[in-house]
Amino acid sequence: MGTAVIAAPPQPAARSFLKRLRDGDKAAHLITLIFAASVFLVTVFLVYELWIHSSTSRAKFGLGFLFTSSWDPVAEKFGALPFIYGTVLTSFLALLISVPLAVGAAIFLSELAPPKLSNTCTFLVELLAAVPSVIYGLLAIFTLVPFLSKYGEPFLKNTVGFLPLFKGAPLGYGYLAAGLVLAIMTFPFIISISRESLLAVPIEQREAALALGATKWESTWQVVVPHARLGIIGSIFLALARALGETMAVTMVIGNDPSIHASLLKPGYTIAAVIANEFTEATGDLYQGALVELGLVLFLITIILNASAQLLILATTKKGSKQD
Amino acid sequence: MSVTRQRLAIALSAILILGSSVSLPAETINAAGATFPAVIYQKWFQEFHKLHPDVQINYQSLGSGAGIQQLTQGTVDFGASDMPMTNEQLSKITKVKVLHFPTVLGGLVPTYNIPGVTAILNFTPESLAGIYLGKITKWNDAALKKDNPGVNFPDAEIQVVHRSDGSGTTFVWTDYLSKISPEWKSKVGAGTSVAWPTGLGGKGNEGVAGTVKQTANSIGYVELIYAAQNKMAYGAIRNSAGTFVRADFDSVSEAAAGAAKNMPDDFRVSITNAPGKKAYPVSSFTWLLIPNKFDNATKKNAIQSFLKWMLAEGQKFAAGLDYAALPQPVVAKEEKQIGLIQ
Repeated sequence: MGTAVIAAPPQPAARSFLKRLRDGDKAAHLITLIFAASVFLVTVFLVYELWIHSSTSRAKFGLGFLFTSSWDPVAEKFGALPFIYGTVLTSFLALLISVPLAVGAAIFLSELAPPKLSNTCTFLVELLAAVPSVIYGLLAIFTLVPFLSKYGEPFLKNTVGFLPLFKGAPLGYGYLAAGLVLAIMTFPFIISISRESLLAVPIEQREAALALGATKWESTWQVVVPHARLGIIGSIFLALARALGETMAVTMVIGNDPSIHASLLKPGYTIAAVIANEFTEATGDLYQGALVELGLVLFLITIILNASAQLLILATTKKGSKQD
Repeated sequence: MSVTRQRLAIALSAILILGSSVSLPAETINAAGATFPAVIYQKWFQEFHKLHPDVQINYQSLGSGAGIQQLTQGTVDFGASDMPMTNEQLSKITKVKVLHFPTVLGGLVPTYNIPGVTAILNFTPESLAGIYLGKITKWNDAALKKDNPGVNFPDAEIQVVHRSDGSGTTFVWTDYLSKISPEWKSKVGAGTSVAWPTGLGGKGNEGVAGTVKQTANSIGYVELIYAAQNKMAYGAIRNSAGTFVRADFDSVSEAAAGAAKNMPDDFRVSITNAPGKKAYPVSSFTWLLIPNKFDNATKKNAIQSFLKWMLAEGQKFAAGLDYAALPQPVVAKEEKQIGLIQ
């Protein structure tokens, strides 16, 4: 194209082409608008499809679908509660473990580690993000589950076993195993994005803090981390989205039992896992409708959590601007 | 060595080039369905293509439910399923009538992992139902001890394992339990996925096998071919004649022979708990679902000749791939059904 422009003599046609190039603002505006709109339309279409295809189940169960806990494909009685519980519990457990570890690792990598070590570690961490989830699931079956059933869960039972959270046989499979696998899977998201946003904090901020007599740690914790909080919170919610929707690795270790247990050692089920497990062999409109409605519920959970993330960011931004 | 290889490579590529240049415009037939027989179906379609280069059958092993669904929507020429279609499913296909053709047989075996127990365990139908209902909770239960004299059972809780994914395997297992236990029938019933009263769910045969292997004092069910290929320990089940039978090709085929006497004309029959002294009780057919009318005559002829070949030559591939072959009376009855395709 470039050569065509150079070769063309300055004639009216070419001028209008050049003019059009100069007016690129409008073209770019239109094209990017289409791109943005397509993302929006895909989302709308997704909700529309989920809504239409879950009509049988919505008509039969109504809102009660969200609050009943039977899942009986033979009798065609369906309720989403055990799956909602399992999804939220395992994701929450995952973040509980991964947020402190991963944010800590990101602080070390950006602020304290020598650049060579930091770059190598970051490269390795980013490799983790590229590992397919079925590999995480397999590794968990061969290492994490036997470890939990032989050492981890008996230890928990012996020390904090009086809590209802740690009752039941040490099977290895269950909420705890799923939460741990999800924690490992969400590490790379939090570490790599948090590190990037910590590195993006202007060096002057650190220098100013140090010049005022702050220690290295005070400058990091009280100046750099608050400055990068938006990026860190963003990374946590990306990790949460990943945990909520994870299917393969979870279904391989959670035990796939559609009931609600207080104990983390018991088997459970998640929304994504049950859809993947049962959809291919689901016959009958009501059964398929119920599975699609579960997809709709997962979408709702994601929207609610994302909205609360936005609110959280909004709240902290206001607080931040007051300090400034 | 390398020269021979080179020559071989040249010869092979020559064959490939020649082969591709002479091959006729193929009649492509699309099929989809059950995963359990997928291995032998692929083999059959490949072998049949060698004999009839003008016929190419593509098979997607998506699962029985998906096979039935695609057949209903008309996106495939024929389907395949590990369970017969229900009347409700058949009523949704109005343009044609769907014919069921049993192809091979499979059996399900109870596999277990009890530290310290190496014996082949005997299970009565009652004890299996009791375990899966969550009523027999310990290995040293009197019911289990009675059938297994000399076995030193631990005083340990039984960890029940089942399939978590919807599958024809689960249908056969729960169909069997429904037949032998009225309580199972009323409380749980039979289906590709059911509301299990107890236990852990594993995804696929490998998921169940892996969970059993790693969980002490557990029991699960897997397909016979999976257990055989992975050299897993599995128990015997008491059949309707009162003998404890271990699953193998013969005892599974025997179940089909026992059921063949009362075979309905549409072949939609469950052969779990079949009569016969040597019959293995948790056996099942797997079916091809073929429409009785094709608009395209070449397609119709291709499918008919495939079915004829499958019932004769095709059956010989079964044992080598760890499937049980059809008994002769069933083959004879199916051959008559081929004529119904128009």
